[in-house]
Amino acid sequence: MLIKQLSIFLENRKGRFTEVAKILGDAGINMSAFTVSESSDFGILRLIVSDTDRAIEVLREQLYAVSITDVVCLYCPNRPGALAKAMDIITGAGIFIEYMYAFAQGDSAHVIIRPDDVGRCADVLTANKLTLLAASDLYKL
Amino acid sequence: MIWNETIECMEREEMRKLQGIRLKRVVEHAYYNTPFYRRKMQEEGLSPDDIESIDDITKLPFTVKQDLRDTYPFGLMAVPMSEIVRLHASSGTTGKPVVVGYTRKDLSIWSEAVARCLYAVGLTRNDAVQVSYGYGLFTGGLGLHGGVEKIGGTVIPMSSGNTQKQIQLMHDFGAKALACTPSYALYLGETIKESGIPREEFQLKTGIFGAEPWTESMRREIEESLGIKAYDIYGLTEIIGPGVGSECECQKGTHLWEDHFFPEIIDPKTLLPVAPGEPGELVFTTLTKEGMPMIRYRTRDLTALHHEKCGCGRTAVRMDRILGRSDDMLIIRGVNVFPSQVEAVILGLPEFEPHYLIVVDRVNNTDTFQIQVEVRPDYYSDEINKVMALKKKITMQMQSVIGIQPEIKIVEPRSIERSMGKAQHVIDNRKLV
Repeated sequence: MLIKQLSIFLENRKGRFTEVAKILGDAGINMSAFTVSESSDFGILRLIVSDTDRAIEVLREQLYAVSITDVVCLYCPNRPGALAKAMDIITGAGIFIEYMYAFAQGDSAHVIIRPDDVGRCADVLTANKLTLLAASDLYKL
Repeated sequence: MIWNETIECMEREEMRKLQGIRLKRVVEHAYYNTPFYRRKMQEEGLSPDDIESIDDITKLPFTVKQDLRDTYPFGLMAVPMSEIVRLHASSGTTGKPVVVGYTRKDLSIWSEAVARCLYAVGLTRNDAVQVSYGYGLFTGGLGLHGGVEKIGGTVIPMSSGNTQKQIQLMHDFGAKALACTPSYALYLGETIKESGIPREEFQLKTGIFGAEPWTESMRREIEESLGIKAYDIYGLTEIIGPGVGSECECQKGTHLWEDHFFPEIIDPKTLLPVAPGEPGELVFTTLTKEGMPMIRYRTRDLTALHHEKCGCGRTAVRMDRILGRSDDMLIIRGVNVFPSQVEAVILGLPEFEPHYLIVVDRVNNTDTFQIQVEVRPDYYSDEINKVMALKKKITMQMQSVIGIQPEIKIVEPRSIERSMGKAQHVIDNRKLV
């Protein structure tokens, strides 16, 4: 239930993200989720796309620095307290979260989590009857 | 292997005698045939009769690059132009180019000097040498070319640029040696890796690199990336071009062919000779050149000389790696900074590509000092913290080596321009009033 996330190093310059979006668009690749984390002179764009291998190929062709990280995508009902319950399980298992990002739609919400130990995090969550999305599910959303 | 054993292994005292005889001859030649040298010597109250041995060289006035510009184009020629068979010129990024003229004999001395360099790095008539220095006014291409022909090797006269073709012909023609600038060698190594042709399919064993200062760590980088032994060849247009000296198989300093090009080291401030083995500015006098003799030419290159016999058997004086140039040196916030120091730090860190750009500016009367670097693909991360940690690591190392803290800017892959010839490592935007 692990999902491949792409991380792209971008200088803080006008139009860098636009160019990435355009390259992916031209290659017919869809972005399911993304987040940008920035420092004073550069940013890291993290994204989950419909065709990871192809995305890496087209981005590297254009000389982008792309790295791949395994993350989990947790399904969670879109209501008060639902996320707290999941977080409690993760923290209780002694797993540290490097970063996470989320999107909600109607009754459901999805949280992408990058823990320090991704394998164990997935195990703990499934053992506690929480739903993790496979890559294929995520692209259908 | 030694090309000219009599000269290259000559006893020191005998060499000094030879140098003394030749110095006297070249000073006479310059004095009687060049108004410039005659006037300068007369101003010091000197005549050729004051030169009796090589020790008398310190009596003579210096020549500097500006003198070549002031006498542009042919003011320093000591023979009629009918005797000059070839001209070369330096790139002249500031002001007029520097022009040099060679007689037929000068060309033969030049190829003799390069032949010694090629033998010193183990090349013979059985080897093909790819000359990837620029051909043309620049001395690099044609200089190496003449030397390879002299030893009877096979020249592949590629010139610079067209990197894909360079690699293809290096592969197809079985080049045994590559001659180019060290920064271009790095670029070729990178491009070969990307081309996917296995390194074993190349015959390349030896590199002869020069025309810009480079470091020990850059040597290791090139040797690793191309799978070769990399040697320094030294030279400058004003003296003859590449081939003034080169390393031997011991890689323990660059042997200078001091029977033709007499080296001295001076303190660039007091202009007095330094103690033997001490670093300072390198000064050359051409002892045999006819077309355009150079008397005590200040190279601005900073190095030291060693006269002990080398493990290869040569007695020819050895020069340390060029530490920098007395005019390349940047003064940033009052601190002397050499690009070679920046380069040494970068090459010592496997996380970074061996390319960099120093950008200096002045904002609110304070110097800004930025170094742009690229992170190697394997070291990029999805976490800001990890990239910041890399940045901190290189910043600390730079500070400890240079003495002031630079602003490190990590740029996207391939943003720093790869050079085909001499790499541009510094942009100084300071406007001093």
